[in-house]
Amino acid sequence: MIVVGERINGMFKDIRKAIQTLDKGPVHDWAIKQQEAGADYLDLNVGPATEDKVGAMIWLVETAQEVAKVPLCLDSASLDAIEAGLKLCKRPPLINSCPADQAKIDRIFPAAKEVGASIIGLCMSPAGIPKNAENRVALAMELVANADAYGIPMENLFIDPLVLPVNVAQEHAPEVLETVRQVKFLSDPAPKTIVGLSNGSQKALDRPLIDRTYLSMLMACGLDAAIANACDEDLMTTVATARIILNKDIYADSYVKVYLNRGRNK
Amino acid sequence: MPVEIVKERYSSKVGTITLGATKEQGGTRTHTVTVGGDSTLPFLHFEGEVPNPPVVAIEICDRVPEWNPSLLEHYRDVVGDPAAWAQKAVEYGADLIFLRLSSADPELGDSSPEKCADTVKKVLGAVGVPLIVVGSGVDDKDNIVLPAVAEAAAGENLLMGIAEQDNYKTLTAACMVHKHNIIALSPIDINICKQLNILINEMNMPLDRIVIDPSVGALGYGIEYTYSIMERIRLGALQGDRMLAMPVICGIGYEAWRAKEANAPVSDFPGWGDQKDRSILWEAVTASGFIQAGGHIIIMRHPEAVKLVKNNIKQLMAK
Repeated sequence: MIVVGERINGMFKDIRKAIQTLDKGPVHDWAIKQQEAGADYLDLNVGPATEDKVGAMIWLVETAQEVAKVPLCLDSASLDAIEAGLKLCKRPPLINSCPADQAKIDRIFPAAKEVGASIIGLCMSPAGIPKNAENRVALAMELVANADAYGIPMENLFIDPLVLPVNVAQEHAPEVLETVRQVKFLSDPAPKTIVGLSNGSQKALDRPLIDRTYLSMLMACGLDAAIANACDEDLMTTVATARIILNKDIYADSYVKVYLNRGRNK
Repeated sequence: MPVEIVKERYSSKVGTITLGATKEQGGTRTHTVTVGGDSTLPFLHFEGEVPNPPVVAIEICDRVPEWNPSLLEHYRDVVGDPAAWAQKAVEYGADLIFLRLSSADPELGDSSPEKCADTVKKVLGAVGVPLIVVGSGVDDKDNIVLPAVAEAAAGENLLMGIAEQDNYKTLTAACMVHKHNIIALSPIDINICKQLNILINEMNMPLDRIVIDPSVGALGYGIEYTYSIMERIRLGALQGDRMLAMPVICGIGYEAWRAKEANAPVSDFPGWGDQKDRSILWEAVTASGFIQAGGHIIIMRHPEAVKLVKNNIKQLMAK
């Protein structure tokens, strides 16, 4: 499981304040904490901290890279901010994200190709998020076809079926699971799949429980990656156990400990 | 029509381990031996790297063992003198010496830790190849003998054994302090194999100083069980499981020479052919099977079997 650590996001108060006051401390702390917890990428999102999305993204990328040992995930709705961040990344990053919208694809895909970056492709078009798996998969196919046309290797394309909060959009959850399953049949090699996991538990009472249950079900459908709380030890324990049940790791009595320590051994 | 060769791509490889230390490295060996580093399944040269050939360690003992006379006759002049025996083994083509300190067994001589350490020093003085040293197999005794050996041979970068799931701490500590490598033995069980490596590593022993002994069975005595365990170990290593990415040692001589087929006289089984030839083949065929399963260090006894196996290794390494 590729874990994208979600914590460096302007939606959180400490990061918002850090961006506003140019205080590197919280960004450094969360970068180190998440990669020690096993994050494979560090998501960077300016959030609502400032109007200057480009300037703030540049500051976040530079600050995170002072301590980061893992690649970054550039998370912004502003293509300018993503392009600015791409130029600074020392390791090929993950771009978060690009919808199935030809105008945006035509801008993001060539930029990603140039630096070998991976792309999160959203199963979403200008018309919105489809209600069922079938239409989500159709949008995924558009992204796959574009990746092929732009010469982007399939392993660099992460299809995101779009997890919605279970408390307001419950009927989407089975469609998301089905989409993850079907995306693997779109091409050979198949693209990867990713979800923004915490979205599923927005405003729900026991968020960690929903997160880890949803993730283990997604893993059973073949999910490759999740943007998630890497520091949620119960969540990582669930990932470790799901990997055993899926026969991806060989069982040993200490398998949980080994999985939890994997970040420190990188 | 051209045939496209399908190649598997793996994310990782087997770790390497170097045994022995030259004078410059703080030891007294004339050379070192490196094994492991494979980035594919055994000998698939077209697919990945097999940087180091498997090596043969010849087994010697610090007392006169109860071996079949047809085997013992090749060491007739040297049994009882481990240093001379080691020299003979090197003449027979040993890449390494595997010294079993059987005489430490309370029922087989009860040699003191000091005496065992002295034996190891004598063998080190007699040959230039790196050494593998194991105890008598009696845990309580080995736990006082092996630390003494580790200390006496500090700097020689030995491979020492045997660590098992219920008895690994003393030997691990001794190997850490005196900078030796350790054999981790599991009973044909992939889960225990991995768990033991984790436990040893948790004591801060680096993973690249552990060698896996998966327990082998001889031809006709469970060879296929170990074969599939070794296949899973290798696939685990290639897929990035660091806790399984160690070179593998196989105790062939001991197992092959326990088989009825290696020992029964021709008078008992006229259809089986001459015992001398049969026993050599039993050991050599068992060894070849384990080399193809991914064994890195092969422990053997009979010089003729060693010759056959070394020739087989040469053929398997040819690209």
